Amino acid sequence: MTTEYWRWKEYNWKDPDIDWKEARNITVGVDVGSVSSQAVVMTDGELFAYSNMRTGSDSPESAENALNWALEDTGLTLDDIHYAVGTGYGRINVPFADRAITEIACHGRGANYMYGPTVRTILDMGGQDCKVIQVDEKGKVQEFLMNDKCAAGTGRGMEVFADLLEIPIEEIGELSFQIEEEPEPVSSTCVIFAKTEATGLLRQGWPKNDVLAAYCSAMALRVVALIERVGVEEDFAITGGIAKNAGVVQRLTKQLGLVALEPKHDTQIAGALGGALFAQTLAVKEGRVSA
Amino acid sequence: MKANYGYHDGSGDFFITIDSNLCTGCVECISACPADVLEMITDDYDDVVAAVKEEHRKKIKYSCAECKPVDEQPPLPCVSACEPGAIIHSW
Amino acid sequence: MVSIGVDMGAKNIKVVVLKDNEVVSKALVTAGLDTEGALKKALQAASGEAGLEYTEADYITATGAGRKDVPMANDELTEVGAAVRGALHFFKDARTVIDVGAEEGRGVRCDAEGRVIDFVVNEKCAAGAGAFCEAMARALEVPLEEFGPLSLESDREIPMNAQCAVFAESEVVSLVHAKTPKQDIARAVHDAIASRITSMVRRVGLEEQVALVGGLAYNVGFIDSLKRDLETEVLIPPDPEYAAAIGAAVVAAERGLKASEGGENS
Ligand code: SF4
Ligand code: SF4
Repeated sequence: MTTEYWRWKEYNWKDPDIDWKEARNITVGVDVGSVSSQAVVMTDGELFAYSNMRTGSDSPESAENALNWALEDTGLTLDDIHYAVGTGYGRINVPFADRAITEIACHGRGANYMYGPTVRTILDMGGQDCKVIQVDEKGKVQEFLMNDKCAAGTGRGMEVFADLLEIPIEEIGELSFQIEEEPEPVSSTCVIFAKTEATGLLRQGWPKNDVLAAYCSAMALRVVALIERVGVEEDFAITGGIAKNAGVVQRLTKQLGLVALEPKHDTQIAGALGGALFAQTLAVKEGRVSA
Repeated sequence: MKANYGYHDGSGDFFITIDSNLCTGCVECISACPADVLEMITDDYDDVVAAVKEEHRKKIKYSCAECKPVDEQPPLPCVSACEPGAIIHSW
Repeated sequence: MVSIGVDMGAKNIKVVVLKDNEVVSKALVTAGLDTEGALKKALQAASGEAGLEYTEADYITATGAGRKDVPMANDELTEVGAAVRGALHFFKDARTVIDVGAEEGRGVRCDAEGRVIDFVVNEKCAAGAGAFCEAMARALEVPLEEFGPLSLESDREIPMNAQCAVFAESEVVSLVHAKTPKQDIARAVHDAIASRITSMVRRVGLEEQVALVGGLAYNVGFIDSLKRDLETEVLIPPDPEYAAAIGAAVVAAERGLKASEGGENS
């Protein structure tokens, strides 16, 4: 197995221009995913600080680590936080959370903040799942679909191909365009059968890049089918690890006939950001801070 | 909100769509389902609605198999039980 | 009467020679890139063993995904029909035939004449076929032929959460890391696939007796799990992998007979 699928660094960030001591409503959203965890701190509706780290084997500990790292050097402590929301796959295991909210709702709300109120359709392709979320101008989810059963159409499927072709995962996008002519997409959806198909193509003498291109466009086809089940309404945005793979993204937007919005922040924090935004509202609603 | 529970895999599309704008929370579908696939949840927007249980979402094609014999498929119990028509199956 | 059945699969080509309703020889050749060459090779191997040339056969029937690409065949038969006839050749009271190969699983209900009443196919997802077992055996680093027997040593039921063969591989690896005994993992794998096959078969309506054919019918671990799930006995013919080719040969013999009778009458 390849060492790491989506290469990204663990890091934290804070806005030096914000003085949290003046804030009336301080909230946090923590997204504990199967691969990575993020914590986002918000002060009066503004993004103040965040962190992004790998999820360890223990969910509560991962949540605490992410929070502590986001709070590092800010002078803030857990006691200063008015409301905390946990989200993601490990959301019920966030020890300091006041409420757990699904990643779908948080992702929708986070994307609304990140891309602005015109965003309607969000495609999120992670390492182990693929989601399509449709939101209104407030970021409220109108329709969603989540596919976490099948590896086809997830980062994991791409990883299997990177292994097979012995190509570093982050080079796939670029290499898949170094071809003479766009090949027919791989016909099998199933990753296991697609692998067999690809082995056959290599044996027939296909260059590796052509096989990659055939897989990228097959993956784009599958994802387009999922998006179309929910319906594509503009504006359209792509988040998650696959957003970094141009081989899939370009083929996908071409098939849809759409361009994807450019994000203002790292899209990996969308879920945690949405959590912090929900927390802002809930803190007022539950009387923790005055409106 | 329309929730699509289920999946797409090599063998096809298997989704149960439940529309929370239509679901009245009457619980009829839950008692109608012979395979204990559905439950009531309070969703993220505080609506009490029917949903497909987590443990069935990745194998819904198999969970619903008994309601879908290949010869002459009778109306699905959950769909018939739902008066406002909030439940739709994709397959 | 000498008839030949050809099962033109995506991976393998199987040929069976039938003489007076008895299987006299069989051959399996990997399809590879040169399918035409492989087909000839398989035909020659099987007919050679029976002491004849394949051109001497009275009738040839082809089945399998590539059945249209068998120029020497007199006609063809669907895969479902062929599997049923192959199973009924050995067990005439079988009414449900389960056929699980590497790439697909099928459940068929048939009548006493071997006519198909209903069938379901599970294809294009490795999780519902033999490829699932192969991938899991590899993840567990157990040779495929030992995987089934290993499963029988387990007396514990542990659940497998992943439904997808790709995600299940990772689950197997983490179970190994968690020091779960290999036999229990093997059983979990066979239980998982058996339960998928069972719910598929229930859609056609299970009727006894039940016959199992296809490559997975060699796997004792799967058979054990399937019996437990179906709560009934499962009959397995000799050479279960050849069931479709045998079925095609049986049908070829019938058709050959009819053709020659028709010829005499006219
Ligand atoms: S189609 Fe293949 S990749 Fe998808 S769930 Fe089935 S086994 Fe997994
Ligand atoms: S189809 Fe049958 S098993 Fe599936 S949810 Fe409806 S009532 Fe339940």
